[in-house]
Amino acid sequence: MKGIQLDLISEDKLDGMTSMEKVRLILDEVRNGKILVLEKGLTPSEQNKLIELTMTEIAPDDFSGIEIESYPVKQNDNFLNKLFGKNTLKTRLTVIGPAAQLKTIKKDRDLISALVSTP
Amino acid sequence: MGIIKRLGLNFTWLKRIFKKKRARIGIYGPPNAGKTTLANRILRDWTGDAMGSVSNVPHETRRARRREGVTINSNGSAVTLDIIDTPGLATKIDFHDFMAFGMNEEESKRRAKEATEGVIEAVKWLDELDGIILVMDATEDPYTQVNVTVIGNMEARKLPLLIAANKIDLPNSSPARIHSAFPQHPLVPISALEGQNIDLLYREIAEHFG
Ligand SMILES: Nc1nc2c(ncn2[C@@H]2O[C@H](COP(=O)(O)OP(=O)(O)OP(=O)(O)O)[C@@H](O)[C@H]2O)c(=O)[nH]1
Ligand SMILES: [Mg+2]
Repeated sequence: MKGIQLDLISEDKLDGMTSMEKVRLILDEVRNGKILVLEKGLTPSEQNKLIELTMTEIAPDDFSGIEIESYPVKQNDNFLNKLFGKNTLKTRLTVIGPAAQLKTIKKDRDLISALVSTP
Repeated sequence: MGIIKRLGLNFTWLKRIFKKKRARIGIYGPPNAGKTTLANRILRDWTGDAMGSVSNVPHETRRARRREGVTINSNGSAVTLDIIDTPGLATKIDFHDFMAFGMNEEESKRRAKEATEGVIEAVKWLDELDGIILVMDATEDPYTQVNVTVIGNMEARKLPLLIAANKIDLPNSSPARIHSAFPQHPLVPISALEGQNIDLLYREIAEHFG
């Protein structure tokens, strides 16, 4: 069967990786034409790294970048976290793919709708 | 929760006072949102000069530009800011898009290359700022990764962010849609091109970045 590979990466796997490992993994997989769904998204600083690395890899007629969609980060309402000044932001479900194959049709607060095409 | 957040804000504000440092405010947003149009208007109103060139071709700004010591007066209070106009943020750049505007292939490829460098520069500037004006095209879908990333960065750093819902002179603009997407941040509907609500924006700037 021909098609596009879809990888769903668990929160546990992501938690065990450093920021650079995550960003590298995402970009390698996406450059291989895969669509990734991350159970828990990237922190703002990881999003920055991913954007920077994506920009360095863009090349004419080879790679034009990524499409990435996630829900806005949520404030974590856990009282203790806040009391001790822990990061209170909670990242959320994220879909990432090659810009040439993944196109967001519609996105709102509760729904991400995307179109996937074969290369 | 509000209290902690407000405390965080106040500490950065206090630090700023003691260091006698001017607040550095970045103008951010996706390509074509109207960042440079807004920067030009602010500079024209308060300094008499301009920030940079404007174009309907995306990624017109490909180097960040800083203007130091811009004093804005509003409602009897004055704030002096360093204003940085940044290249539009994006996760993808395809040189074919520029060819569609009539540029030749070589020109388009060069623009794309410079645009990727500009995006990196804009991301790096995030570490150097005290606040952001996030410019969005109010005729477009606000739930984009660029907006989510910029807002997430400011929230993580507990820095003030002001949303400029731009292009309200266009009939299909909807600042309300932007507000419902990001209700936790102050928003001013403006037309950077025609000047609607710019006074309101200055008042918010004085309040949030002063
Ligand atoms: N109708 C309308 N058009 C606007 C407004 N502000 C900017 N524009 C137009 O939008 C286009 C992009 O404006 P720029 O100021 O270059 O946008 P930018 O965000 O700096 O874009 P980049 O530098 O490419 O990231 C130009 O054609 C402007 O004339 C506005 O308030 N209303
Ligand atoms: Mg510009």
